Amino acid sequence: MRIKDHSELFQEQEYIEQFARKKEFENGPSDEEIQRVSAWTKTEEYKELNFKRQNIKINPAKACQPLGAIFCSSGFEGTMPFVQGAQGCAAYFRSHLNRHFKEPFAAISTSMTEDAAVFGGLNNMLEGMENAYKLYSPKMLAVCTTCMTEVIGDDLNSYIRTAREKGLIPNDLPVPFAHTPSFVGSYITGYDNMMKGILSSITSGKKGEPNGKINIIPGFDTYTGNYRELKRLLDIMDVKHTILADVSDIFDSPNTGEYKLYPGGTPLVDAMDSINAEATIALQKYSTLKTMEYIGKEWNQKTAVLTPIGIKNTDKFFEEISKITGKPVPQEIEDERGRAVDAMIDSHPYVHGKRFSLVGDPDMLMGLVSFLMEMGGIPVHIVCTMGDKKFEEDMNALLSESPFGADAHVYAGKDMWHLRSLLFTEPVDLLIGNSYAKFLWRDTGTPLVRIGFPLFDRHHLHRYPVIGYQGVINLVNWVVNTVLDEMDRKTMNTTSFDVIR
Amino acid sequence: MSTAIKDTQKMIEEVLEAYPEKSKKDRAKHLAANDPTGQCSTCQVKSNVKSRPGVMTVRGCAYAGAKGVVWGPVKDQLTISHGPVGCGQYSWWARRNYYNGQTGVDTFGTMHITTDFQEKDIVYGGDKGLDSALHELKELFPLAKGMGILSECPVGLIGDDIEAVSKRVAKEFNIPIVPVRCEGFRGVSQSLGHHIANDTIRDYVLGKGQLEKTTPYDVALIGDYNIGGDAWASRKMLEEMGLRVIAQWTGDASINEMGIANKAKLNLVHCYRSMNYICRHMEETYGIPWVEFNFFGPTKIYQSIRKIASYFDDSIKENAEKVIEKYKPKMDAVIEEFKPRLEGKKVMLYVGGLRPRHTIGAYEDIGMEVVAAGYEFGHSDDYKRTYPEMKEGAVIMDDATLYELEEFTRRLKPDMVGSGIKEKYSYHKMGVPFRQMHSWDYSGPYHGFDGFPVFARDMDMTVNSPTWNLIRRKK
Repeated sequence: MRIKDHSELFQEQEYIEQFARKKEFENGPSDEEIQRVSAWTKTEEYKELNFKRQNIKINPAKACQPLGAIFCSSGFEGTMPFVQGAQGCAAYFRSHLNRHFKEPFAAISTSMTEDAAVFGGLNNMLEGMENAYKLYSPKMLAVCTTCMTEVIGDDLNSYIRTAREKGLIPNDLPVPFAHTPSFVGSYITGYDNMMKGILSSITSGKKGEPNGKINIIPGFDTYTGNYRELKRLLDIMDVKHTILADVSDIFDSPNTGEYKLYPGGTPLVDAMDSINAEATIALQKYSTLKTMEYIGKEWNQKTAVLTPIGIKNTDKFFEEISKITGKPVPQEIEDERGRAVDAMIDSHPYVHGKRFSLVGDPDMLMGLVSFLMEMGGIPVHIVCTMGDKKFEEDMNALLSESPFGADAHVYAGKDMWHLRSLLFTEPVDLLIGNSYAKFLWRDTGTPLVRIGFPLFDRHHLHRYPVIGYQGVINLVNWVVNTVLDEMDRKTMNTTSFDVIR
Repeated sequence: MSTAIKDTQKMIEEVLEAYPEKSKKDRAKHLAANDPTGQCSTCQVKSNVKSRPGVMTVRGCAYAGAKGVVWGPVKDQLTISHGPVGCGQYSWWARRNYYNGQTGVDTFGTMHITTDFQEKDIVYGGDKGLDSALHELKELFPLAKGMGILSECPVGLIGDDIEAVSKRVAKEFNIPIVPVRCEGFRGVSQSLGHHIANDTIRDYVLGKGQLEKTTPYDVALIGDYNIGGDAWASRKMLEEMGLRVIAQWTGDASINEMGIANKAKLNLVHCYRSMNYICRHMEETYGIPWVEFNFFGPTKIYQSIRKIASYFDDSIKENAEKVIEKYKPKMDAVIEEFKPRLEGKKVMLYVGGLRPRHTIGAYEDIGMEVVAAGYEFGHSDDYKRTYPEMKEGAVIMDDATLYELEEFTRRLKPDMVGSGIKEKYSYHKMGVPFRQMHSWDYSGPYHGFDGFPVFARDMDMTVNSPTWNLIRRKK
């Protein structure tokens, strides 16, 4: 039986007629009016109006702190993310991560309601701790707050102490916490706050002999492929390491017919020992600002921030690791570099001179812009809703390093509705962004390369690395093949419809 | 008490053993063995009360009910998530409420518009920024027919007067600007958000629309959110019966349609939970009767269109029979194709508003049996409507936790589970066939004669996918 679903059904004549009949009751504007306004939204005049707005965001590439906090805490062995706040937030964080990774994600909330708004959230915290400990047997409870908790001013430290005193959780159960109001920063701030909260709590009193390892903090990195790639590369280099918040198995666990609440994560014993490492390297800057400052000050370790996206950045990553550990970069990695460069050279004609718009998280954007310029691509609009002045400066410094960066403009704090105006008034060849950027693809016809977070509408992209030399090959693949797809579409009915490109 | 009920109650007691005393006592009130007759007093579940802290409830919040369910799909209004950025981001186009229109020009359904509160807004209040925000929006989107201000937690806690801003600016713009006090901490689930949203529809929109002429066959289709085009498939059947659907709420809804529903001769309610409030209001104020219906699966569809037709004259009643006659062969063919592959399979459902009861008939049409059903945010009237639909001893679960769902699955061994996105992937890991029954797993429509074949196909692909057999289970 041939079954038509929504993708075909509503194209049928009887439905088209139904939609026309329904219009009688909608009292909508005339078609001419719609066309007029539609054309106007594509103009320079509209762009100016759009950029004048101060008080409203439209289609921002930004989400709130606790999402980053629970993402971070889930990367530690046996850790249950514990949201002190209203239950709706936890439901939203969970579903957002589920949709991106296509994986289960556990987090609990204390279901605070009106009574907590009046009397505070102590009772919720106590009962929540008792239930969570009994029911889900965590090795660590990582507590973060929501808007509500922050506005009413819950005292987490004293609440957790009370829970211990009442014997609701054992005295030795680690319960780090972070303040993560949604009206400050974004999920990268939340990641940072929770990472700092966990590390400062569980390494306290653990300073001892150096353990000869290096710590790596990936940051708010939603590519599970990156974590696996990182471990593979460090193993090849024979570098002993601890990845702090290793979310790879949480968001990419094997299907064995058994649901595990806590698959993988950084072993707590390793995390506690991270204070004794040789050095700590962060792979993202903006999502680890406070954490790295804390480690630099308190742990007496070498620190570095290296984002190994693109060739130059990856080179620098290996040089630094080599310098810190005294281990040479092995030939195997050198060969990978050679293969990545080979791929870039093979593909460069389809990227060179192409103009790009990018929207996404600050660290990812820094890496992608560097990579694109290495390919001869021209970044034009760089939109970073979660970016600030410092990001603008950093990005401008990067752009000034290459002649390909000369046309670029950085839009920190702007959103995808701003970008819509830019794409109409100053069109580009390609757009890089997350799944929500597909509305820009539809409105403006700019081909979209999906890189970033969240990726809801394409499966499995997050399983591929974007870091390291293998990551370069994946980026080349996604970008150049989008260009080629578009060429095929455009030349479909011309003599230039080629089989060999 | 029957053996079936006793056995189920014993199983429930076992599952509850894992809880601390206080939570065990509380959760016991929310889980029961089904008694279709409603005679067994211990078989009634308690519902619509606060979740226990720390137990991983599946529930959301009032904002999710008001914004995500009721107001969000209204296509020609600018729906503003007032407060910090997160709530709007996470609820951004997650429910697939399809609509026609040019987004960003005359319709705005797939847009995320937020006042993105910063710390200063918490300290000094967000009302001033809100006033400017409304003006900025009006300039950028001149064809918007209304604005909705949906408040997030901090707005209520800091005491911003969004009603005053709305009132002032609405007068200036001459369009409805609806303040919706749906802060997430209010109430115990999405459900209060539906109620609050209904009250604002009543106060700000209802009765204010334009309709040139009325006919004796005017109806309003209420509580269909057009997920994957459900409302369109439903509307098609109603129109074939000879009815004139003057308003469709809130999937593909326009402000005008919501303003003229009070002129309908009959209100047709699909999602009773989210929309009974406004229908009761219209009944009291305008004397409009309302009727619940169920358009899942042919058995319930036939019953429902006959029930709807019974409110009208013979011409409509005859049409209803004609419609049934026209589509029955197609429906029989669907059953003939899919029933042999699904006969006797057991289903467990844990969903929202109406699905734990409404879809039971559709499952039965293709030979499947629902052995457990529960609501995230149902009330006792939902459960009363559910008991008779299910067999004696089936599990009824209110506000079930992830832990309970897992345990019941282990014990009942359903061939398929229908629940939400948060449950989907843990079931995949468990190797239990699963269908996301909030958004139809990005498929649909499931309503009406056009929806049933899609429903049957999807259940078949779920239960009979060869991928489940690839799992190498650890011994």
